[in-house]
Amino acid sequence: MNALLDVRGLNAWYGESHVLHGVDMQIREGETVTLLGRNGVGKTTTLRTIMGIIRQRKGTLRFNDQDMMPVPLHKTARHGLGFVPEERGIFASLSVIENLMLPPQIAKNGMTVDEIFELFPNLHERRNSPGTKLSGGEQQMLAIARILRTGVRMLLLDEPTEGLAPVIVQRIGDVLIRLKQRGITVLLVEQNFRFASRVADRFYLMDHGHIQSEFPVAQLGERMDELHKVLGV
Amino acid sequence: MNTVFGVPLPALLGQLLIGLINGSFYALLSLGLAIIFGLLRMINFAHGAQYMLGAFTAYLLLHFAGIGYWPALILTPIIVGVFGAVIERLFLQRLYGLDPLYGLLFTFGLALMLEGIFRYYYGASGQPYATPPSLAGGTNLGFMFLPNYRGWVVVASLLVCIGTWLLIEKTKLGAYLRAATENSTLVQAFGVNVPILLTLTYGLGVALAAFAGVLAAPIYQVSPLMGSNIIIVVFAVVVVGGMGSILGAIVTGYVLGITEGLTKVFYPEASNTVIFVIMAIVLLVRPAGLFGRE
Repeated sequence: MNALLDVRGLNAWYGESHVLHGVDMQIREGETVTLLGRNGVGKTTTLRTIMGIIRQRKGTLRFNDQDMMPVPLHKTARHGLGFVPEERGIFASLSVIENLMLPPQIAKNGMTVDEIFELFPNLHERRNSPGTKLSGGEQQMLAIARILRTGVRMLLLDEPTEGLAPVIVQRIGDVLIRLKQRGITVLLVEQNFRFASRVADRFYLMDHGHIQSEFPVAQLGERMDELHKVLGV
Repeated sequence: MNTVFGVPLPALLGQLLIGLINGSFYALLSLGLAIIFGLLRMINFAHGAQYMLGAFTAYLLLHFAGIGYWPALILTPIIVGVFGAVIERLFLQRLYGLDPLYGLLFTFGLALMLEGIFRYYYGASGQPYATPPSLAGGTNLGFMFLPNYRGWVVVASLLVCIGTWLLIEKTKLGAYLRAATENSTLVQAFGVNVPILLTLTYGLGVALAAFAGVLAAPIYQVSPLMGSNIIIVVFAVVVVGGMGSILGAIVTGYVLGITEGLTKVFYPEASNTVIFVIMAIVLLVRPAGLFGRE
């Protein structure tokens, strides 16, 4: 089966600084894959480069059998890729409902607003509040929900549990499991591998701008020594 | 005769009207500047010249094509707005991501060029532009005599300001604009064509300046220097309202126009400086402006 996302020898630069050194990863449709690694190893850069936000890049990047390297940033989403940044990107000048409705719909199979409000009742209660008046957990829910409405095939999710209370982390885990049931492919960047092990099918372990190893969730127990060494936990 | 603080009521209301008319131009021009600054992060120094270009386009349409005031009021903002969009596509797009000083210097140079071209052909003196016959004369309101055209300027400016505000606050396009002002990369990652949005925004800001120029033509005459005479005051209005604040630009434009008019009645010596004094006080007390975000 062909990979939905096929990344080979991906290099990226911030100005003079060479950040990604030949990243390879293949993700099949419907999979949830977690990219693990310490701070600064290039996980966020990998997501931003796949999305096309970082344009100083080289290598092979195919999504749904299409070469994404020449695709401009504003056309990437139309191919079915959605991105939720680490800082969530909730717009202060927009209300919750305006934030939710902002990204243009790219396919008809996205979640309806009713489905979203059923999944995230807090957002319904606060739909007319300014987006940044929400709690951190609610902002994360909103950031994920607004991408799900668009009908993306694959979600690039950057550290969704960062700085959140355990009960909210649990809820975000529930949401990711729901997405998996809907067949949405997810590439998740996460440092909390205990959270990731609940939702992921496979892991890529990243170090110094490249993929160090890859293993399925079933091997997590055997890999603890390597994880402790690479993640420093 | 009725007086207020010793000033005859007709004189007070007359200055209030002049203030309201000046405020209408300040509001329209500062609104365009605020929209452009909000999204492009560029101080459009050519805004005054684009206002002048609006007035001259109406003048040229009349003299070379026989197109009168009312069609010119629609056509001119479109023509000058398209000119602005072309400038944005050809030149300004190359300056994004650089120090804002480059944009300021470029638009300053553009303003000098536009003024220079019209001064070369028309000299520094103003060209007359007749008030449309349908708005000639005035209306006696009982307490004052209101020239019809000046009343129209206030109404038209209010309608356009409210319309622009509604466009930005209540429509999907406005939501894209507001979001792109905060984080244009993310809006682009959502699939919105931000480069086109930037072009449209600059075109809209320039079209507002041109609209103000057409409104001004019958009142102030059409002169190559009309833009540079007003633009410094408009920059002060934008600073007081808060750079990039749409509501701030509109409200502050009218309030400062009226304040200037009232100062002419009560302390005429300060009427040319009152807006700058207010700007200095606002910068000291609230540097982000009255409506700006800290």
